Amino acid sequence: MQRLQRIHFLSRADQLQPVRDAVRNLARQQGCSDDNLDCMVMAINEACMNVIQHAYHQVDDGEIILEFWQDSGDLVIRIYDFAEPVDRNSIRSRDLDDIRPGGLGVHLIHKVMDQIDYLDGPDGIGNLLEMRKTLGGQKQCRLKNNQEQ
Amino acid sequence: MKYPVSQHGRFSVISLTGEVDLSCSPQAREQILKCLKQGKNLLIDLSQVAYIDSSGVASLVEGFQTARKQKLDFALVGVSKAAMQVLSLARLDTVFTIYDSLDDCE
Repeated sequence: MQRLQRIHFLSRADQLQPVRDAVRNLARQQGCSDDNLDCMVMAINEACMNVIQHAYHQVDDGEIILEFWQDSGDLVIRIYDFAEPVDRNSIRSRDLDDIRPGGLGVHLIHKVMDQIDYLDGPDGIGNLLEMRKTLGGQKQCRLKNNQEQ
Repeated sequence: MKYPVSQHGRFSVISLTGEVDLSCSPQAREQILKCLKQGKNLLIDLSQVAYIDSSGVASLVEGFQTARKQKLDFALVGVSKAAMQVLSLARLDTVFTIYDSLDDCE
């Protein structure tokens, strides 16, 4: 695997837009289609938002590291935080038929990424989310494909 | 961020713009709930939304539920492609009343 980029930022909501801009630029450089690019931006934003809200509990000086790796035809995204380890059994989407605010981020991530793994952080500190997107793969978020996913 | 509110017939219209994410969705939520508390039927114009995340969508869902409890009308109008992608992935495109344009809202 080859590391493409590493971004450090703090657990603040106003950091999400620059992160999205960086993801867009990098995904374009890697030849992502517009549809895949939108998916990646959405999934990474949702994952970082989950770290801010559920790992750091809105405390705004937590450190987050976002890494992009290329692995053959895949783009691999790793998101590190240094908060208390999160109970992985608690990470789940709400039932989509139970219409209520919240609980959609995990669903959106799983809908558009090809592989998602929740791992221990380095040296047992914090949390690591690894997501994999196969560029040119079938799992895209174009509206006409929704019924096929 | 304060979103513009206008009037269209019997509806108040809140126009969300730009990238609606965790940094500004609390303000969107506050404006939506404030209008509903005032007993206004509400349209949320999403035509100028370039991006919306699940926190923005949560504000819309909370508005929808609050309006229903208060027997007020609540609908989305002019939903941009970016916003529709997220609503569709969350299977909310069939939950909200959605109008193509303000002209379609009576």
